[in-house]
Amino acid sequence: MSDKIPVTVLTGYLGAGKTTLLNRILSEDHGHRFAVIVNEFGEIGIDNDLVVGADEEVFEMNNGCICCTVRGDLIRIIEGLMKRKGKFDAIIVETTGLADPAPVAQTFFVDQDVQDEARLDAVVTVADAKWLAARLKDAPEAKNQIAFADVIILNKMDLVSPEELREVEARIRAINPYATLHKTSKCQVPLDAVLGKNAFDLDRILEIEPAFLEVDDHDHDHDHDHAHGHDHHHHDHGLKHYHDEEMQSVAIRLDGEVDPNRFMPWINLIAQREGPKILRSKGILAFKDEPKRFVFQGVHMILDGDLQREWREDEKRECKVVFIGRDLNEEDLRSGFLACAVDAAKQ
Amino acid sequence: MMDDYDDSLTPHVQVLATGSDAVVAGFPGERPTLALGDGTILFADTGERVRAFEDANILLARADAKRIVAGGDDGKVIEIASEGKTTLLGDEDGKWIDAIALRDDGATAWSAGKTVRAREAKGAVKTFTAPSSARGLGFLPKGYRLAVSHYNGVSLWFPNIEGEPDLLKWQGSHLDLTLSPDGNFCITAMQENALHGWRIADKKDMRMTGYPGKTRSFSFSHDGQWLATSGADACVVWPFQSKDGPMGKPPRECGVRPVKVSQVAFHPRALVLAVGYEDGWVLMVRLDDGAELLVRKGLAEGETPPRDKPIVSALSWDKNGRRLLFGLQNGEAGLLTLPPVPPRR
Repeated sequence: MSDKIPVTVLTGYLGAGKTTLLNRILSEDHGHRFAVIVNEFGEIGIDNDLVVGADEEVFEMNNGCICCTVRGDLIRIIEGLMKRKGKFDAIIVETTGLADPAPVAQTFFVDQDVQDEARLDAVVTVADAKWLAARLKDAPEAKNQIAFADVIILNKMDLVSPEELREVEARIRAINPYATLHKTSKCQVPLDAVLGKNAFDLDRILEIEPAFLEVDDHDHDHDHDHAHGHDHHHHDHGLKHYHDEEMQSVAIRLDGEVDPNRFMPWINLIAQREGPKILRSKGILAFKDEPKRFVFQGVHMILDGDLQREWREDEKRECKVVFIGRDLNEEDLRSGFLACAVDAAKQ
Repeated sequence: MMDDYDDSLTPHVQVLATGSDAVVAGFPGERPTLALGDGTILFADTGERVRAFEDANILLARADAKRIVAGGDDGKVIEIASEGKTTLLGDEDGKWIDAIALRDDGATAWSAGKTVRAREAKGAVKTFTAPSSARGLGFLPKGYRLAVSHYNGVSLWFPNIEGEPDLLKWQGSHLDLTLSPDGNFCITAMQENALHGWRIADKKDMRMTGYPGKTRSFSFSHDGQWLATSGADACVVWPFQSKDGPMGKPPRECGVRPVKVSQVAFHPRALVLAVGYEDGWVLMVRLDDGAELLVRKGLAEGETPPRDKPIVSALSWDKNGRRLLFGLQNGEAGLLTLPPVPPRR
């Protein structure tokens, strides 16, 4: 593909284990060299050649789009780092527990110079299994970070009971059923679960089905001890189903094709009108008379979409869209999307 | 088409190999000098190299008639005099240096994040904390006063006078900054591919838009009547003859090529521009009639740029306008010495 530098955004509430994960990424022998952009320069011990302090300065683009907020300091730092090409092959951006991930992500779509050189790989959120349920109630930024994530590391599971674990997992899934969830202690996840995810790459948005059925990661990790983590009985109970009152996801499926002349204006309208409320959106669509799949993904009001590979013979031509956001009007989204169907006009 | 340029100047270009990206070009003490990304200073007349930074890259640098001042990714601000002597002017404890401005009397200003320092030639340093990261700095020609660009405007700060700086407001992220030679206008390059200007006397706003990319290089003509800018597939030159600046007047475009302009430098005595491009080309352009002379040929039209892009990243005339020094991001560089003009009869 491209030789753009992949950027992993590492978010998480204070004390969740971000620094532990970061130091693991930096110290393990995986053949990668990282540039790390941290928010509190010098305050956490990170052993890496290329550590740059950022100041998390967010500003609004002057184009009238209220959610086109970007991180000016990141633009500057990435520009500076690009002069050191060859000294690193990936970038990790660490954000504070209080930060909204959206401006970080938007920076990679709004600024042309950054876009030419770097690409957002994934937003990884580290969450503390013990504290997350409480934080989701009292800290809106914790909810944002879960909603925004492509990968969620549910850490410190050795400190909670299976009951509590199921509870917090259900709360996460109520907000974001699509992120890959890894349950760990001491951030012991395989690093390829965190890096090289291509979560924002249109060619890789293959699966937007809820990932309810994935296997716990500690099944794969054999070289560390967390004895009570191997208690598997809770798998049989399935997840509790919660409804988060503020943040939720809406997935809509439609058999058959949509008319691009109706879908494109609709999705643009939704992005414009509901963009401030929509944190992430994704979709795979079958357009009328189009042999290729149309794929899009979005962050708030910024949409990125393109025709991708052809539909295979054995694939059912169908359309799926997913929105994760705050106070979404599911009925409105559903009826709007279904009205884009090719056969909707006939009925 | 692209081979049609008058190449009578190209035999007068001395090719230089620097081995690192050019950050700034200048003529301190009339010596052609390049500050390089690898932390060294190259004096092109003798080939002498000075390692200004022990173990750091130069992020940015500025040059004047006597010196080069460079900022490193180790947080140090180092002055390199024309005879090669280095002086540590400041140390921001590992924070990247974001902007530097020089004053002819030897004063220096720099910023790292929100911290802005102004240092007089004798060494007295004053500090100002900008409302957000300071991205551009410039000394006003009159008085010991510094313009500091940041989010939502520019602060005009008197380092030696207590009190709040005067603010020129405009919403958005202001990056690099320049001041007209008469000190009447302050112009910033913005995040959103536009320039913003203020008439300092009454803070009247002026917007200069239409760029496909960010402006990273600007240069006022010697008479202060024109501002040349990079960021488009031509050198865009704004008229500043009237007291209203360029308002209501279209800019001129010269040196049109199918590639973005990356560096511009007005000749110090004539309305002639040196223009550097992102594909390694350098042209000389006369503003009056747009006549062009080739200085350096870069990539052929449509040629895929190599991974190490030949972007012209440094460009400077000497004070008499006899020599033009340019440097590229890929480590190539050159020095043009203009041939003597035959005496007029």
